[in-house]
Amino acid sequence: MSDLGSAPIPGVSDQDHVRGPNDGRTLIVYADFECPFCAALEIRLRTLREDRIVFRHFPVRSSHPRAWPAACAAEAAGLQGRFWEMHDELFADPARLEDPHLWDRARRLGLELERFDRDRRAGAARDRVKRDFRSGVRGGVVTTPTIFELAEDGAVVQLGREQFGPARGPEWTSER
Amino acid sequence: MIRAGDPVPDFTLKRGDGSDFTPADLEGQTTVLVFYPFAFSPVCTDQLNLYEEVLDDFKAQGATLYGVSCDAGWSQTAFVEKLGVTIDQLSDFEPKGEVSRAFGVYHPGGFPQRALVIVGPDKLVRWSYQADSPGDLPGANLIFDALAA
Repeated sequence: MSDLGSAPIPGVSDQDHVRGPNDGRTLIVYADFECPFCAALEIRLRTLREDRIVFRHFPVRSSHPRAWPAACAAEAAGLQGRFWEMHDELFADPARLEDPHLWDRARRLGLELERFDRDRRAGAARDRVKRDFRSGVRGGVVTTPTIFELAEDGAVVQLGREQFGPARGPEWTSER
Repeated sequence: MIRAGDPVPDFTLKRGDGSDFTPADLEGQTTVLVFYPFAFSPVCTDQLNLYEEVLDDFKAQGATLYGVSCDAGWSQTAFVEKLGVTIDQLSDFEPKGEVSRAFGVYHPGGFPQRALVIVGPDKLVRWSYQADSPGDLPGANLIFDALAA
């Protein structure tokens, strides 16, 4: 029995990376750090200061080979209490995600470098990223970025990306 | 579109190496045929990337995936090499769309609909699905649901 069958997108838990006010709208974002559309969305989200943002990893190796290492780096930074700072650093320059670039970011954030490097390669970081990814697959996430809103009744409702900025890539009108 | 319980039609698709892929190749395994419109198109790119990421889970379910399109085998090979995708590709290039028609998934625009067909080891269709639009991407969860049913 696979554990990738359909299931609702999970609500927010204390395992999630969350920032923003508690009294606003809650947006759950599935994204990866190598995705330029995610970086563009991030710029837009930063203007929505009244919203609470929940970030979940959705790295896809074949399209974004450095997305997994970047996601694990964010988790490793999170173990030193700097997840969101690393999140912002990664999205600020998605074209530079090789290991030396990750170390540079860790240094800039004042992280303990050896610990950061050990943690980002450890199973715990991978498991954490994988958990997010698989929750997205089960909820029908197919690409990044995908955004959900947590409704007042606890339901999780997918939002259109067009609400948050430019459409993702060229329109695919010829197939419709 | 072909439906659950139907036997697969007789067909011949071409593998990347030019060899034939026929119903005999379906025997003894659970097969997921992923019909997609065009190599290198954006939604097809996302689709193969996503399914590749969970390919080990499909294998754990005993399922083998194949991508099927009307592109020439050379184009399909270039497509998956560009993506870094290992899902084997089957070409319905000549006579163009003949197999897609036999499965009932040929789009009047000249390409396969975005469709999924699960075939059991007995060569009977277990499940089939066609997206409302070729631009819609069915989540991998739908395939896992069908495999578990």
